[in-house]
Amino acid sequence: MSERYDPAEERLGWLLCTPAVLAMLLVTAYPILYAIWLSLFRYDLRFPDERAFVGLANYASVLTSEVWWQSLASTLVITIGSVTLELVLGMLFALVMHRVFFLRRTVRASILIPYAIITVVAALAWKFAFDPVTGFVNPWLGLELAWFGERWSAFVVIILTEVWKTTPFMALLLLAGLTLVPQDLLDAARVDGANAVQRFFRITLPLMRRALLVALLFRTLDAFRIFDTVFVQTRGAQGTETVSIVGYHALVTRLNLGLGSAVSVLIFLCVILIAVLFVKVLGAGPAAEEGR
Amino acid sequence: MRRQGSTPAPRWRPAGAAWACAALLLCACSGEPPGPPVLNWYVFDEPSGAFVEAAARCAEGSGEQGTGAYRVRLRPLPADADQQREQLVRRLAAGDSDIDLIGMDVIWTPEFAKAGWILPWPDDKAAAARRGRIAAALDSATYEGELWAAPFTTNTQLLWYRTDRVEQPPETWDEMIDLAESLGEDGTIQAQGERYEGLTVFFVSLLASAGGEVLDQAGGEVALPAEPTRDALHIMHRLAESTASDPGLASAREDQARLAFQTGGSTFMLNYTYVWPSARASAPEIAEHMGWARWPAVHRARPSRVTIGGINIGVGAFSEHPDLALAAAACIADEQGQRLAATKGGLPPTIAALYDDAEVREKFPFADLLLATLRDAVQRPRTPLYNDVSLAISRTLHPMSRIDPADDVEQLREQVGRALRSEGLL
Repeated sequence: MSERYDPAEERLGWLLCTPAVLAMLLVTAYPILYAIWLSLFRYDLRFPDERAFVGLANYASVLTSEVWWQSLASTLVITIGSVTLELVLGMLFALVMHRVFFLRRTVRASILIPYAIITVVAALAWKFAFDPVTGFVNPWLGLELAWFGERWSAFVVIILTEVWKTTPFMALLLLAGLTLVPQDLLDAARVDGANAVQRFFRITLPLMRRALLVALLFRTLDAFRIFDTVFVQTRGAQGTETVSIVGYHALVTRLNLGLGSAVSVLIFLCVILIAVLFVKVLGAGPAAEEGR
Repeated sequence: MRRQGSTPAPRWRPAGAAWACAALLLCACSGEPPGPPVLNWYVFDEPSGAFVEAAARCAEGSGEQGTGAYRVRLRPLPADADQQREQLVRRLAAGDSDIDLIGMDVIWTPEFAKAGWILPWPDDKAAAARRGRIAAALDSATYEGELWAAPFTTNTQLLWYRTDRVEQPPETWDEMIDLAESLGEDGTIQAQGERYEGLTVFFVSLLASAGGEVLDQAGGEVALPAEPTRDALHIMHRLAESTASDPGLASAREDQARLAFQTGGSTFMLNYTYVWPSARASAPEIAEHMGWARWPAVHRARPSRVTIGGINIGVGAFSEHPDLALAAAACIADEQGQRLAATKGGLPPTIAALYDDAEVREKFPFADLLLATLRDAVQRPRTPLYNDVSLAISRTLHPMSRIDPADDVEQLREQVGRALRSEGLL
């Protein structure tokens, strides 16, 4: 494919993008900039008269706070735990959906059901299931455990809820990647004597690197911003508080716009960092060059 | 190459469509029917309908010859006090004129008053709203010498116990824990140990019973005297570590405690008076053996002091009808309104004389005990930053099993101090 420079075409391209760019500026750039601006003030909605410019004091306050670092650690535990499990399970589901020849639509649709359920409802359902008095999990496992009474077990329930709910999304993105792998290549490898495991790791996986990157990136960013599951199940108790809940407390409960905005901006920076890391580490491999 | 369309595009009539939209919008917005102005009362969704009835009674009697000077529309808020506050403060901070009357949890008075979200009551109206009220209930509606809301309903915790297992209710916490431990499996004490505002309430009651307070008189500085604070923390820790506490204590609220007590496997419960009608309705065989006593003391010589709850009716500062709203608030919270809330809704009144009313006493067979407890009741920290202070307390003291009574006094002082200075995250 040749790339010929055509100024008219480029102008048309920009023109076509303009509405989208304007909309993005309006609904994303403005709030982001406003949050950055607010984060430089001491500003509590309850005491509007005490509003004052404080520079980076809010950031210093957040970054020196034990609460922030603890919540960041919790968020990372949940993110890494759930995304890893989702990747493995999602890949299995994707392979099943890819291979299945009968009732294809039914299988694909039924795998997607959890993803269609509202997070709060799913979180409540899991909370009730693990409740020591009314839940059914303890009798099944022969345990008498207050699941939300300890940090590790609360994490287990939160991560399982997340995995149950979003694995279908991961599976769907990976399925899209699987369809990119040409059957000829796999057939050729089989003729050359590669077994199923070798074919998967040597051919399928490298070829779907791009889809893998997209799936992992989306899910990691999503998982990092987790709020509802934790809020419903523990309200952040037992050291399960995530950064979003910290931001919520500062902004919504305490109405401290300055401090809350600083937390939001820091979350935003973390998200950017994650995205950059993913693209740099996973995106710049040999497969990416082949794809070009 | 551009293809020329062969059929002309259908003629779009922007003007006509816009008018139709505008008409629709107008209809949707001007939903208020003609007649006297409507006052919106934001209050938790009371299930028995007592609030609706109390408001309707006032609206009907408000005008001359039964025409009514105003109407009242109830705007239901969630059951959880934290969530009620969240919804209200978002509207109030934005100056929402839709809020005329507010059913205010007693802890919101300083915050709402200081922020200028509610109106202070003029002297003549305040004098009427003060008449005959229990002092602690009145205190909860007062801030910096002014009355900011009409005391309407009140509440406090009692000790509920099983008369078939215990002959004499325990007088102190240590006594109760010893007794519960000796009863074995069924001795369990139900209390509130989740990390939420209820944990702060538990701590404040214990601290006041031990003779301490969280803030100094002016409400600006941390008090938390060493000895009473340590005593309170010691009891919390002992309870959580005892075999007599529920295994789910660290995630128990009022309702988990109530449900657990109703299943019969517990002997003691610290809870509000709503557990009584609830037990009679859904667990009559338990209610038969349900006794009540004063909240246990920390020291035998010093009667317990328990945290006061309830709601007061305030007037929104951005209301378009402040005078009517004041009249409505005063009327809803008057003796007749309180009797209705008590007999129909089961909410204890703030007018002391009503505790001698036969109808009210029938609803609250423990009326004398309740009134005596309320007369000694303690306020939660009275500061516009109460919410921050409460977060700091419940965070430091959760889970109760990890409290270290010796070290945590200092920790608690530091955290509450930071909350008062609006420092850092909570």
